[in-house]
Amino acid sequence: MRVALFVTCVNDAVYPSTGIATVGLLERLGVEVDFPRAQTCCGQPQFNTGYRAQAEPLVRRTARAFAGYEYIVTPSGSCAAMVRDHYPAFGESALGPRTYELTEFVVDVLGVTDVGAWFPYTVTYHPSCHGLRNLRLGDRPRRLLQAVRGLELRELPGAEECCGFGGTFAVKNAEVSLAMGRDKIRNAAGTGAAVLCGADNSCLMHLGGIIRRQDAPLRPLHIAEILGATEEHPYAQEP
Amino acid sequence: MSRTHLGMPSFPPFPEAAGAAVHNATLRANLRHATHTIRDRRAVAVAELADWDRLREAGRQIKDHTLRHLDRYLEQLESAVTAAGGTVHWAADADDANRIVADLVKATGEREVVKVKSMATQEIGLNEALAAEGVSVYETDLAELIVQLGDDRPSHILVPAIHRNRGEIRDIFRAEMGNWGRAARDGLTDDPADLAEAARLHLREKFLRARVAVSGANFMVAETGTLIVFESEGNGRMCLTLPETLISVVGIEKTVPTWRDLEVFLQTLPRSSTAERMNPYTSMWTGTTDGDGPRAFHLVLLDNGRTEVLADATGRQALRCIRCSACLNVCPVYERAGGHAYGSVYPGPIGAILTPQLRGIQSEIDASLPYASTLCGACYEVCPVAIDIPEVLLHLREGVAAQGGKGHRMEKAAITAAGWVLNRPGALAAGEKLLTATRALHPKSPPGAGAWTGGRELPELPARSFRDWWRRNRR
Amino acid sequence: MTVTPPSSPSSSSSPSSRERILARIRAAVAEADDAPAPTRDYLVSHIPDDPAAALDLLHRNLTDYRATVHRITAAGLPRLIADVLEKHGARSVAVPDGLPREWLGATDAEARGDEGPLSARELAATDAVISGCALAIAETGTIVLDAGEGQGRRALTLVPDLHVCVVRAPGQIVASVPLALPRIDPTRPLTWISGPSATSDIELDRVEGVHGPRKLEVVLLLAG
Repeated sequence: MRVALFVTCVNDAVYPSTGIATVGLLERLGVEVDFPRAQTCCGQPQFNTGYRAQAEPLVRRTARAFAGYEYIVTPSGSCAAMVRDHYPAFGESALGPRTYELTEFVVDVLGVTDVGAWFPYTVTYHPSCHGLRNLRLGDRPRRLLQAVRGLELRELPGAEECCGFGGTFAVKNAEVSLAMGRDKIRNAAGTGAAVLCGADNSCLMHLGGIIRRQDAPLRPLHIAEILGATEEHPYAQEP
Repeated sequence: MSRTHLGMPSFPPFPEAAGAAVHNATLRANLRHATHTIRDRRAVAVAELADWDRLREAGRQIKDHTLRHLDRYLEQLESAVTAAGGTVHWAADADDANRIVADLVKATGEREVVKVKSMATQEIGLNEALAAEGVSVYETDLAELIVQLGDDRPSHILVPAIHRNRGEIRDIFRAEMGNWGRAARDGLTDDPADLAEAARLHLREKFLRARVAVSGANFMVAETGTLIVFESEGNGRMCLTLPETLISVVGIEKTVPTWRDLEVFLQTLPRSSTAERMNPYTSMWTGTTDGDGPRAFHLVLLDNGRTEVLADATGRQALRCIRCSACLNVCPVYERAGGHAYGSVYPGPIGAILTPQLRGIQSEIDASLPYASTLCGACYEVCPVAIDIPEVLLHLREGVAAQGGKGHRMEKAAITAAGWVLNRPGALAAGEKLLTATRALHPKSPPGAGAWTGGRELPELPARSFRDWWRRNRR
Repeated sequence: MTVTPPSSPSSSSSPSSRERILARIRAAVAEADDAPAPTRDYLVSHIPDDPAAALDLLHRNLTDYRATVHRITAAGLPRLIADVLEKHGARSVAVPDGLPREWLGATDAEARGDEGPLSARELAATDAVISGCALAIAETGTIVLDAGEGQGRRALTLVPDLHVCVVRAPGQIVASVPLALPRIDPTRPLTWISGPSATSDIELDRVEGVHGPRKLEVVLLLAG
């Protein structure tokens, strides 16, 4: 099986390790991964801020870049939701049904929940809003995490509540955004987990920024990097 | 002509007001406690009905169908109310409605009015308008009473005094009740039962002597001319039953076509609103009845910007709203910002889409409301008439961005510049290389990043982009 | 999206606001998609069609919202009513037109008929009211009054502090709201009651007893 990796602009520029882990995971599961070089940004930041006209060329570019692929996989719930929920309004309806968030692809398309990962740490999982309410990922990410050897999953209180990132909300309404983020981190830290796992690096960028400012004993980590780690190739840095 | 009146003076933009509210520890604790209590109970009440999603869809369909044929249903409603002994008035805007009500009150010769909690009359600033005409208005809903006695502003659709805790309410009652009528007894405690008893005693004398009442309505049935008020305390029953004249001010969108349509909303509204299978009291009346209740009934049908909302294909879904306030109770932004930050009688997610549509987006507060959301979608999920609030927020943001104005000109320039790079993968790759190569030189808090770095670190940039890694390792 | 209502000198007696609003509505929806009538594929009832089950559920739901519920047959009703009134110290009781007089056969409380009719202040000085009902809804624990025989004007069952309401089982009990509405005449003044007066206005905690009757005693009058 061959898939196109839709790495997303944030992962490309800021979190390449997530993209690399996604490639490693998919290849380990026997999938051939392609990276269409014409991809840049799906247009979500522009669209969500009210700049539809500025989003449009990026929507067209993305649609063209992935036109030839049957499966498009992305390690970002919010970018997958953008393609699925909002591209039709731009007249680009073909891409949505072929676009999968990573955990959705692994569980639903590959039919795998035990990906053979090894990650000997305590983890709590924050289900980001787009994955939870737009894509309806449900317990797929947690099922994948539960099957990881060595991993102890701690339930996150108030898990379904937004972390406060919200794209430009994080700067337009910084005070409320920070208040939400701090509450999320307090809940996560309260579980005693060493790792705060998510499936959207934009949320983790916000939470990670607060964690570092507070010097909280938590490491934000994308689920791809946990699922990508094995005993032969363990996660590089100890959380 | 001024914009549509929503009963509030001008307010600072949302980020400013919300930013201040976030640091009010008492407010945060009050709101957190109240919203979490009700949201958990709502989830239980909704889970009792296996067909909830179908009821929600039927509610959406009924509302959409009504709005599509609203002219016809309003005419039918008018005929039915008139045939049942009521009088129907039409108010194009707030001034219109206030003048109609003031004239009706003055015609009775009375100088006092008891009021059932109503969003429509708050929206038009009726109390202030009547006060200007020398008419005293007594709010009778407990939370409205707390707001009125405290010279405060409502902060929640269902529970306007949600921002007050029991201790604050006791202090307001002790200090103010005596100035309006029967004083609270000495030694009033902060026990909610004690506070409710104080309200009972304070208001009872007003109910018994009231000759004129003003109400809103939750629904109006076009085929029968029946109005419906949902309530809990019995103050609504008092106002709807004891006075001789009843004046109901109701938004035109509160119409439903048939008596049978109530079977949906009688199931979805109480569970969404107070998380009850049914609220304690629901009153339904059709015109007037000899020997039972008011002898004169006036219905004031209020537009006040609703027809403008109706003209917007995306925005008109906001008119489905049945004012249950479930969206407020699940909203993480509302929970932290509080209702006052929304600068309108309609706070929370529904307010963020209703207020800018009713008032327009010219003022700073109104232009900031569509951005008062992370688009997390919790509001849409609980809405009993399936208003896609995030969708309408995005739609309104387009209008604000197109309008430009404070903060949006620079934003547009930045987004356009970024778009230029993002539409050229070669330029993007070069830019990423430049950024990562110089990352050691980046300041911890680069200029313009203050809103981010005020409480957060910026991410550390990687040694190379994914694009670069791919080129070296896969192709 | 500027909201600028066209200026015009409308007055409350002028028909212009009416025509203006209707014209605006027609213009607003002229291009709108069709919106068909609802499909109504929701349930008619959430419980089995079984009178005993409905009775039990009504009992449970009434109790859940702090009404006190009794079950009795006709022979025991006067004694029960007398006991309930005595329990609350009620010495006077408002009696709606058409209430079966034998229901009050065992109580010493002063019966106050509404032929006068009773003024609001007289009602406020009356300790209790006894009424029948139009019907009761099991799923929601609701009693519906329609001001019919034995129920009286709305004020009667509102102002006194204790309301004793008699529901005939199984005849007056329906399972659900959708089954209730066809049996109710919307042109009558209606009051739906689900437990005693309550408020959630203080910290969203429910407290029973504000302006309406603070005590609701429901008597399920069983046949036989």
